[in-house]
Amino acid sequence: MDGSPETVLCLEIPPRAEFVAVARLAVSTAVKSRRLLADDRVADLTLALSEACTNAIEAHYAKDEADRVSIRVDEDDERLVVTVQDSGSGFDLMDLPTHPAVTDPNRLNFERGLGIPIIRTLVDEVTFTSDDGGTKVTMVLRCPPSLVENGAVALIDLDALDIDAAWDDESGQ
Amino acid sequence: MEVDDTSPPFVVIVVRGEVDIATAPKLREKLVELASGGAKQVVVDLEAVEFLDSTGLGVLIGGMKRLRGLEGDLTLVCTQPRILKVFEITGLNRAFTIYETVDAAVAG
Repeated sequence: MDGSPETVLCLEIPPRAEFVAVARLAVSTAVKSRRLLADDRVADLTLALSEACTNAIEAHYAKDEADRVSIRVDEDDERLVVTVQDSGSGFDLMDLPTHPAVTDPNRLNFERGLGIPIIRTLVDEVTFTSDDGGTKVTMVLRCPPSLVENGAVALIDLDALDIDAAWDDESGQ
Repeated sequence: MEVDDTSPPFVVIVVRGEVDIATAPKLREKLVELASGGAKQVVVDLEAVEFLDSTGLGVLIGGMKRLRGLEGDLTLVCTQPRILKVFEITGLNRAFTIYETVDAAVAG
């Protein structure tokens, strides 16, 4: 990796609810295969992705099912970038509801609209671009360089492995 | 999802697996069914839930509102940090009563 972005995963899913779990599995597996990330960080990214995919699928409800939601994972030296692109009806970011404070009983009138605040909380950077042709959500996680670049073997604590015993078993001694 | 009504007046719903846009409607249907059937005190046990997103939160909020409107309540059982975090970052941990065990929830 020379610093320029490299594509880790490209995935297209039908705009149907049951495929959000597929996207979560594919992205979390791809991310874990490329980066040494704490489980919590992977879980945060997976939740943010789920929210973005849910919004994408809901944006397709009134449209042609033949459309697809595109999900990409790209990486460079410092970042993982997860992009969710739909071709739904788009939305105006300025029209997003502002929720009352959690201590306000009216807060419970908001059963929806939690997805974007969750995304904003969980990833390091997020940008939304939306027009009549669809919405693109770009989520960035700043994280260490990829496992592949560093050499995964170097991450194993060799002293903690009982290699001699395994070798003895293998050779029948 | 299992329903345990052996601790009246509490009805306990044990939810397992992932709660998202695909599966949350089943939970919503169950909550509506219970509320329509006269249940007022519903405990949703999230201990076996592996994933929960805002769609699941929305269903739980809807259930709580409906039950509180009937002078009942919907309370939760959860000790999993990953699931609790979803409530914390949305501030909903202050709207729901969250217990550590079903026994504590049905003891009120």
